[in-house]
Amino acid sequence: MRILTVIRQVPDAEESIKIKAGKVDLEGRKMVIDTMDEYGVEEALRLKESGAQAEIVVVAVGPARAEDALRTALAMGADRAVLVETDTALDPIALSSVVAQVAAKEQAELILCGGQQADWDSHALGAAIAERLGWPQATWTSALALSGATLTGKHDVDEGSETFTLSLPAVVTTQQGLNEPRYPTLPNIMRAKKKEIRRETLEAYGVTAKLKTVGVEIQVKERLKKILDGKDAQAAAVQLVRLLREEARVIA
Amino acid sequence: MILMVVEHANGKLSKSTYELAAAARHLDSDGGVAALVLGSGVAAVATEAAYLGDQVLVADRPELALYDAELWAAAVAQIAREGEASTILICASRGGREYSPRVAVKLDAPLLEDVFSLQLSEGTLQAERYTFLNRVTETIQAHAPAVVITVKPGAFAAATPASAAAEQFDVDIDLPARRLAVTGRTTDKSERISLTEAEIVVSGGRGVGTPEGFVELVEGLADQLGAAVGATRAVVDAGWRPYSEQVGQTGKTVQPKAYIAVGISGAVQHLSGMNKSKVIVAINKDADAPIFKIADYGIAGDVKEIVPAMLQELRK
Repeated sequence: MRILTVIRQVPDAEESIKIKAGKVDLEGRKMVIDTMDEYGVEEALRLKESGAQAEIVVVAVGPARAEDALRTALAMGADRAVLVETDTALDPIALSSVVAQVAAKEQAELILCGGQQADWDSHALGAAIAERLGWPQATWTSALALSGATLTGKHDVDEGSETFTLSLPAVVTTQQGLNEPRYPTLPNIMRAKKKEIRRETLEAYGVTAKLKTVGVEIQVKERLKKILDGKDAQAAAVQLVRLLREEARVIA
Repeated sequence: MILMVVEHANGKLSKSTYELAAAARHLDSDGGVAALVLGSGVAAVATEAAYLGDQVLVADRPELALYDAELWAAAVAQIAREGEASTILICASRGGREYSPRVAVKLDAPLLEDVFSLQLSEGTLQAERYTFLNRVTETIQAHAPAVVITVKPGAFAAATPASAAAEQFDVDIDLPARRLAVTGRTTDKSERISLTEAEIVVSGGRGVGTPEGFVELVEGLADQLGAAVGATRAVVDAGWRPYSEQVGQTGKTVQPKAYIAVGISGAVQHLSGMNKSKVIVAINKDADAPIFKIADYGIAGDVKEIVPAMLQELRK
């Protein structure tokens, strides 16, 4: 079988964010695989290591620099990669069409992707891919096992969590706790340089963005920053309670 | 027609549904809000919804007793298509955000996800939402015959129920077979007010020292203030607290009147879940901790001394 893992390259969470010319400026920022997508890559490797006869194909849709993220996934252990290169910003619904077409071409049976994307703050990609392929989905998955063509796992829902079973083909989106992604070792980094990255252009997929971004800004709320010295804990506590009661008026 | 999908549990509409109704009324110009009720044994819910929409569409089916993304998406898309809905409004709960993309794909419609403002002008819907871990505000536009929108909880003030009930109609829907088989469920139980609805949230991080320290300091302060309890990912990963209390990127996003961070240094992933709170209060040993950069009030000091002293003062 073939497992497709979808990754996105996003700024490292510790990087500060800047706006330039009406866009989020990523120039010079440290870019990494989205943590939640990384869980997907790791989970594919673990399914394979626990006995699934699988080829793992990692897919990214984005600018040329996304190759770095794909190389990292290959160094983790994925077998090969597909980069659909574009500088066009696609929304998740439009992007899902590209991924679904790649999945169909690759005859994938399981697709793993992040539960949420750290750049869009979106949950939509996995579900939209599943719908395009006519597949079921399990979202926010924190435990997963594969036996034959049956997945079993645990995932988060609004009121708590559920255990589930699901037959392939299916889309599974990740949640923290699913696994602890491995660091690529040096020999594996070297090996990854020889692995195939198939490059394609977005034009072949006939996809247009459904949304238009007309404004991007960083709205920083001015904070009061009244930070008291806690050396005298008693006095500081009394003063803080007074400030919260009388100035901020947030407690009774 | 504006189609809003009612969210309910235990025979009652959720708070978010009232907010959704406010968003629907805000966009509506000609009394065309239809409230869709999906579920099994939902007569009471439909009656409650009749005070929020101009008509109520009810699919009361045993197959709908338990939520499922595919069933919900199929039902909503069918009703939207038949009613020629221009706008489909869904609560941006975890469930809503899980099935709404399927609705958008079925209708070949754009998806405006987790929005906190909405404007309609000359057929173009404009919305604002947060991106890049809640740090960037993006204004996006969709121009299409139908648009699917999920509305961020807490973004709109709850709608006031109308004085008269709207008419209810039973609707026929073709439901697909359920493919995700749920074999067990664990429901988060807490005596306290829920994190996303609370006006005050008291959260704790590693700085409280031990699980017992968390109970004493964070739960103690929360109980005194009638607040909800939150936690950082580190504390959840360590097994001190349940995941349901986690605030941040992979947990809950909250926007209370006051957020009190106890022993939390302020990793970006945590800040992304609470940085839009109205007032932020931080108590932490390290005066250089990132949390103080976004705090309105705070004390740089030992939480084990400061919180008990605050409790003593609050009880006076």
